[in-house]
Amino acid sequence: MILAQTVAAAGPALDAAPALAAAGDVSVGEQVVFWILAPVALGGAIGMVAARNAVHSALFLVTTMFALAVFYVLQAGPFIGMVQIIVYTGAIMMLFLFVLMLVGREASDSLIETLRGQRMAAIGLGIGFALLVASALTRGLGAVSAQGLEEANRGGNVEGIAAVLFTRYIFAFEVTSALLITAAVGAMVLAHVERPKGMKVSQKERSRARFAEGSYPGMKAGPGVFATSDSVATPALLPDGGESDRSISRVVPARGLTSAEAAPKHTER
Amino acid sequence: MHPVIPYVLAALLFGIGGYGVLVRRNAVLLLMAVELMLNAVNLVLVTADATIVGLPHSGQVFALFVIVIAAAEIGVGLAIVLQLYRLRRTVATDSIDAGEGTVLPRAEPMPEPGSAQTGPDQVGAR
Repeated sequence: MILAQTVAAAGPALDAAPALAAAGDVSVGEQVVFWILAPVALGGAIGMVAARNAVHSALFLVTTMFALAVFYVLQAGPFIGMVQIIVYTGAIMMLFLFVLMLVGREASDSLIETLRGQRMAAIGLGIGFALLVASALTRGLGAVSAQGLEEANRGGNVEGIAAVLFTRYIFAFEVTSALLITAAVGAMVLAHVERPKGMKVSQKERSRARFAEGSYPGMKAGPGVFATSDSVATPALLPDGGESDRSISRVVPARGLTSAEAAPKHTER
Repeated sequence: MHPVIPYVLAALLFGIGGYGVLVRRNAVLLLMAVELMLNAVNLVLVTADATIVGLPHSGQVFALFVIVIAAAEIGVGLAIVLQLYRLRRTVATDSIDAGEGTVLPRAEPMPEPGSAQTGPDQVGAR
């Protein structure tokens, strides 16, 4: 529901974004969107920390990231907002969910606090910190408005970012590319499992094992087949007239039955 | 009032992320809390880009770099988590004994998908 709210709020924001932020002064619409989305983002973050289920936690984080993407779009950064949605919610969170599914049943987390009163102290300190930052920033930034954004965004936001990225920050850009390729190789090295050649079971060996002496490759008969009783404790008859032990469930004798009840019921001829 | 909301929100998100890093025991959820902290920093960068006089778009370029580095970090971090799960069969950070010099007994390797199917019962059931 929160997600739908976020997406609904994102719609009008995308259209109005550059005009709102580039105008420099605070518009009412921008403030309204901020006041709606800030609690959504905060709620997502708190839900991420507090959720017991790991998948719920990941989805809460997706909510927060969507809200942040709308913030970026509102602040004259439509490109960075789209990158946030594509890279963070599209790629990174899906990677997280993928690994959560792989790790599987241990994904849920216990939230028992090991230090007494830790949570209350954290909440109190957080509120105090927020008040401190808010008061200091209100005093410092109260009258600041954006300058030069309109000229910078005139040729388009992507062009503006590209102009800065490929001139002033070109060295950082190249270093980032080296970092990315190192990370890709490192992830491959870490995730790769070296398996000795002998351990690998080929299709040939699998097929041999399947038809080996003592294993029956065909379907086994169900209990009661070809017998006069259809009780689950009645073994099926093999083509040669013998009884197939394998057709009786191993669970049947273990269900608190008496030994007479659990014994295979023989077929009367 | 305009720039204050995102800044305060970013501070709160960073604090919540830090709390999550400290309180979570699952390694994957711990990495997710780190992501929340990185997002808070991104919000500060983009907000500063829109409000502070300087070279325009610098903050957005920095946020782009942060996103790229976060992607790289998550790739490597999740690979490490997977390797940990393969070795210890758990991703709970509390249950990992990182004592110096102690060689922990290697847990049973993950069962091969093919090996379980060669028993006579399962073969017969096909």
